[in-house]
Amino acid sequence: MNFSVVATEFPSLLLQGLALGLIYALVALGYTMVYGVLRLINFANSEVFMIGTFATLYVQVNFLGLTNGSEPLRGFKVVYALLLCLVSSMLVSAFVAVLVELVAYRRLRAKGANRLASLISAIGVSIVLMEWVGLLTGSRPRSGARILEKWSIFEIGGANFRIDTVMAIILPIIIFVILNRFVTKTRLGKSIRAVSMSEENSKLMGININRVITLTFIIGGLTTGAAAFLFMTVYENTAFTIGFNMGIAAFTAAVLGGIGNLRGAFYGGIALGLLEQFASAVIGSEWKAVTVFVVLVLVLLFKPNGLFGEAVQQTRT
Amino acid sequence: MIMSKFLNFNLRDFGAGIWSGWNRPTRVIFVLLCIAVSGLLPFAAEFGPTSFLNTPVASYIDVLVYPIGMFVLMALGLNIVVGKSGLLDLGYIAFFAIGAYTHAILSTLYGWNAWESLPIGMLFAMVSGVVLGLPALRLRGDYLAIITLGFGEIVRIVALNIEVTGGPNGIPGIPNPPGILGLEFNLEYSRNFYYIVLALILLTIWMIRRFTVRRPGRAWEAIRQDEDVAALMGVNTLVYKLWSFVIGAAVGGAAGVIFASKVMVISPDMFKFEVSILILACVVFGGIGNIWGVILGAALLAYIPERIRFLTETRQLVFGLVLIIMMNIRPDGLLPRKKREKITQKGSK
Repeated sequence: MNFSVVATEFPSLLLQGLALGLIYALVALGYTMVYGVLRLINFANSEVFMIGTFATLYVQVNFLGLTNGSEPLRGFKVVYALLLCLVSSMLVSAFVAVLVELVAYRRLRAKGANRLASLISAIGVSIVLMEWVGLLTGSRPRSGARILEKWSIFEIGGANFRIDTVMAIILPIIIFVILNRFVTKTRLGKSIRAVSMSEENSKLMGININRVITLTFIIGGLTTGAAAFLFMTVYENTAFTIGFNMGIAAFTAAVLGGIGNLRGAFYGGIALGLLEQFASAVIGSEWKAVTVFVVLVLVLLFKPNGLFGEAVQQTRT
Repeated sequence: MIMSKFLNFNLRDFGAGIWSGWNRPTRVIFVLLCIAVSGLLPFAAEFGPTSFLNTPVASYIDVLVYPIGMFVLMALGLNIVVGKSGLLDLGYIAFFAIGAYTHAILSTLYGWNAWESLPIGMLFAMVSGVVLGLPALRLRGDYLAIITLGFGEIVRIVALNIEVTGGPNGIPGIPNPPGILGLEFNLEYSRNFYYIVLALILLTIWMIRRFTVRRPGRAWEAIRQDEDVAALMGVNTLVYKLWSFVIGAAVGGAAGVIFASKVMVISPDMFKFEVSILILACVVFGGIGNIWGVILGAALLAYIPERIRFLTETRQLVFGLVLIIMMNIRPDGLLPRKKREKITQKGSK
């Protein structure tokens, strides 16, 4: 127990926790969107994240000619390179997410199979994706390249607002604002909310269920891909097994906030990120996961539906 | 058409039909025959016609104990939780780990032998089942899943970070159990471990069958079908859910004790989340809620990765593909549970 750390490094811990938490929040969206519509834990979302990180790496190495340790880019090229990495990571992740839906869920859903059957087939897909990338990369962890020089914008009380940290905070917020508008204001967003309220009734209202489900997987894939890009920018390394821990953390974040709820994923992610940072500073990083789960159990005991309640449709307010 | 008939064929109901047509002596003979066949399994690799069962890389008899025997035992234990009362447990490996560590600590520090620590290991697993279950079982399905998952991770992390469990190196030098009934237990006689596991499996099957026809079994079935209705009918749902959890935990704990005394060295990375998932996969793959399906599923899913070990690199990939394809072809598992709902529908007409 080392509480003095909190006093001395509070601003820094807060900043790091926020950046990490918002990355979690983006991945948590992948879980929460799918859960809202299908009432299923999308087990393969962690591998969507993993493939996103490798997509970023691939673009860095093959399109931008960057390798680990090479000089960061300068000038306007930085913006171009970052955008290229972000977009390709998002698109590849969305594509994989759709593939997951097709392979793991669609046939089983058509047969009216029980939830556990879908869970196992999703686990199967996630094993296949993981092992496939493991084969391609020779099971070695890879270091990413540095696209932009990590200069410090400003510093407050020991909290170093580096450019990548600031990016990891601003980009998720932008994505959340856009997504929230999409889900609440547009026709497609309405159809997502309708399906999450009642699949039967939305069918009767003429909503194409399969299209809506594919759409939610695409959205989940896009946000997870963005998270993968940010992860590569901030932490600059990946491995074929990286999805597992991220998946558990993000799913915990989604549950903490109230699964199926967009704002729940957002605040749950932030809460989890802060919790992890402070817990590792105070108790030691090896007890981080234990603290997180104990807090989760306590939260669920007093608020059984998570901090912000369930279901996508509640984002209306 | 023929294909779909074949795919939807319910071997469980077919078997149950034959079974109900038999009289008592025939049933006893059949059961004894089944036990005898499973007792002969360790010899299958040396015997000509069944030598295809041999696992090319790992030792066949060792594979028969772990993973096959252990997985069957744990899948049966998990089946009480997932199959009978319909609770999704993603951290079942925790109970296995608790059993294993209990034996490892008791034997290396206090000199207990495996038979003495078996009940203690089960007790500790059951107590941890109560500690976890009391808060967790008040919650609905998917929240239970994440909390059990967390519990599994907590047990592993605690074992990784405290001194008495030896940290990441684990505990070496766990003694084999002393001989019993003329059976010796050491590295040369892996076969005898198989008989212990087999005995535990038979005991578990017997226990589950007794529970199923009695009050707890009916309560579990009611909870699984609709928890609210079960509560309205006067079933104390929390107590019965807790019971299924604790009994499942006891089976896991027993498996853990035997496992520790067999492998002699345990370390935290044997108790990863992946194993929990694998055991859940065994249950779902074979047929949730049906003992025979679960046994078949566990035996297959434990055996296949060992059989294809020569694939070294693509082994897990093939395993994942098998999971996907099988679940798509037979979503209810290889041997689905009895179609109770159908029977009640007929009765109501």
